[in-house]
Amino acid sequence: MSATQIDARPATTPLQARPSGTQPSGEPEHPLSHLTPEQVDQLGREFDAIHDKVYADLGEGDARYIRSVIALHRRLVLAARALLIGSRSRPLWLLGTSALSLAKILENMEIGHNVMHGQWDWMNDPDINSRNWDWDTASPADAWRHSHNYEHHTYTNIRGKDRDLGYEIMRIDPYQRWHPIYVLQPLYNLVLMGFFEWGVALHDLNFDAIRSGEKPKSKALAELKAIGVKARRQIVKDYIAFPLLSGRAFKTTLAANFTANIVRNIWAHSIIFCGHFPDQTYTFAEEEVAEETRGGWYVRQLLGSANIDGSPLFHLLSGNLSFQVEHHLFPDVPSSRYAEIAPRVRDVCRRYGLPYNTGPFHRQLGTVHRTILRLAFPGGRPRSKPGPYMPG
Amino acid sequence: MAERGAVPRVSRARRRALRVVGSFTSPLMPDDYLELVNPLWSTRELRGRVEHVERASASAVTVTIKPGWEWEGHEPGQYLRLGIEVDGVHHWRAYSLTSDPGSVDGCIAITPKLVPGGKVSPYLFNRVRPGTIVRLGGVEGTFVLPDPLPARLLFVSAGSGLTPIMSMLRSLARRGGMRDVAHVHCARTAEDVIFRRELLALDARHRGYRLHERLTGAQGRLRARELDEVCPDWRERESFVCGPSGLLEALAEHWRVDGDPARMHVEHFQPEASIGDGERGIGGTIDFCASGVRACSDGEQPILLAGEEAGVELPYGCRMGICHSCVGRLRSGQVRDLRTGRVHGQRGELLRTCINAPEGAVEIEL
Repeated sequence: MSATQIDARPATTPLQARPSGTQPSGEPEHPLSHLTPEQVDQLGREFDAIHDKVYADLGEGDARYIRSVIALHRRLVLAARALLIGSRSRPLWLLGTSALSLAKILENMEIGHNVMHGQWDWMNDPDINSRNWDWDTASPADAWRHSHNYEHHTYTNIRGKDRDLGYEIMRIDPYQRWHPIYVLQPLYNLVLMGFFEWGVALHDLNFDAIRSGEKPKSKALAELKAIGVKARRQIVKDYIAFPLLSGRAFKTTLAANFTANIVRNIWAHSIIFCGHFPDQTYTFAEEEVAEETRGGWYVRQLLGSANIDGSPLFHLLSGNLSFQVEHHLFPDVPSSRYAEIAPRVRDVCRRYGLPYNTGPFHRQLGTVHRTILRLAFPGGRPRSKPGPYMPG
Repeated sequence: MAERGAVPRVSRARRRALRVVGSFTSPLMPDDYLELVNPLWSTRELRGRVEHVERASASAVTVTIKPGWEWEGHEPGQYLRLGIEVDGVHHWRAYSLTSDPGSVDGCIAITPKLVPGGKVSPYLFNRVRPGTIVRLGGVEGTFVLPDPLPARLLFVSAGSGLTPIMSMLRSLARRGGMRDVAHVHCARTAEDVIFRRELLALDARHRGYRLHERLTGAQGRLRARELDEVCPDWRERESFVCGPSGLLEALAEHWRVDGDPARMHVEHFQPEASIGDGERGIGGTIDFCASGVRACSDGEQPILLAGEEAGVELPYGCRMGICHSCVGRLRSGQVRDLRTGRVHGQRGELLRTCINAPEGAVEIEL
């Protein structure tokens, strides 16, 4: 069946009558409860068709896009490193640090994250390939691919299964049980912001699995060693080799490189926390998703993720994770295609009476940090949820 | 995992220097930056630039390629794996090298035949332009001239089966080897004969080279017993045969019945349905350590296939033992090479999963 032949029946009318999406008890009402199993299946087929249509259309233009972003990153790095040789001059320091931060952000978000998702594997290129790619962060590629691509993307927002919900150190969802340690979470969240890449690397180790014996000690040790190798390489490159190359500008270059790493970390932290933690998103109990179909999986991705409105430049710098909804529906679709898919996804939301979470950056980030502050203390309730998506 | 080009021959000093510079570029390599200037400078894999493209017949095109690093050389008759991007997707194909390995310009050439409805050959035929960068994989093939050269040679080719033989003819012509060479070439029409002008010129120039052109459109297909007419002393010649499988089978039968099969050398273009004809073993279980899945092979099935059937996502490439894309590290056990029947396996050995079957229980780090 071709994509155009699929035509969904419009969602039933009672949906429109309950815009708040909140039950009288205050519990967020599961939007899925409005849909019959047949409708969910049909929705699954519609999303499959969107995916297949993009995949059938991938070609030279897409290949050129990712190559040009990669080339841009490398040119930026060369320019930044050259500028920083003269970093004893304030303007050069500022320029070099900005260029290096930008380069690291591009490399981390639009290139690394997406290449390692396998979004460009269809090119069959031996270099731009999820198996061979490594990125300039503390996480070894293999471990990250497992904890992110597999665990997080499969079990998205399932409480107790998606370890990315609060990253096991934070209470980000009112359903998580409070513990006195969480009082400190606004504080250590700030630290995590600056050193996000290290947090992610340690998170990939999965201490719970090591403690329970689920992950063999030998494997954990090998992964820890891999982090060590990555740490050493970053330290050698950013804090020894390039500062030495700058000669008398050793200290200023070191400071610039440190700053660039911190800037990149804060940016990545902010974008990624906006992906699943804004107020609009739902979390799920394991029982709710026990018999989940493919259509149900799509709906969970839709409800569990939130977008950020922004300009094309903003989308590029966020690695198109500002299209978190589209990314979670289609993790292997090249990021450059999310913008064109978004209207089709919204159309599905409209017809099935489902929410489409999005908002400006400051608002999304604001609600995330408010939640982190509020849930540091006991109690807290899920925030009221948006109703079905309405165009305009 | 996507297939990569061959590792180029680069001096050890240069590699060491690149490793040191790598401290500045990690996790990228200096290559990644050098490629911004010239993609041919990659030391990770051999690449080449298309120098010119020329029709070799109505349905074949010769693509001349300048390798980025010094060409390691090939033996006339061997083939090359070529990686080429068409519409954003990389494809790998094996093509016979038609160039003389001793050519002075350092270029190599392939002469693919247009396969209508194909992916790569129509691209090479119609669209590829000089300056295009391609990936050069390994050179393989045992269809080569013996050393020392036999006194008398017979080539039988049909259609694009001429391509490996062309490299042999060019090499023979250059080094004065055209002493007594008979060549029977079949094609449908004169326009379909690849390298026709060059073949006729060789025929005119070398007294020791005799070309017998068989135009099957007008004269019908060559039958094995006709050899007695076109080359009565075929039994005394070292023979090299390349063409469609129907012809190969008929001639092989002829040599078996009436000649000395040991003197007949054959090149198959298509990989055979089963992987070679080595002795089969007992099979066994395969534990894939990364995925934790256990698969089973009957001894006929290579590890790759058995794993895929058990649902493991495994790297693969050519599926015929050429490209090494599918390699995995052996943790324990023994395997049998399905092409040769040889049983081997040492702990830590990198083996090609596409051509090896387990011989008893094995563990593989994939």
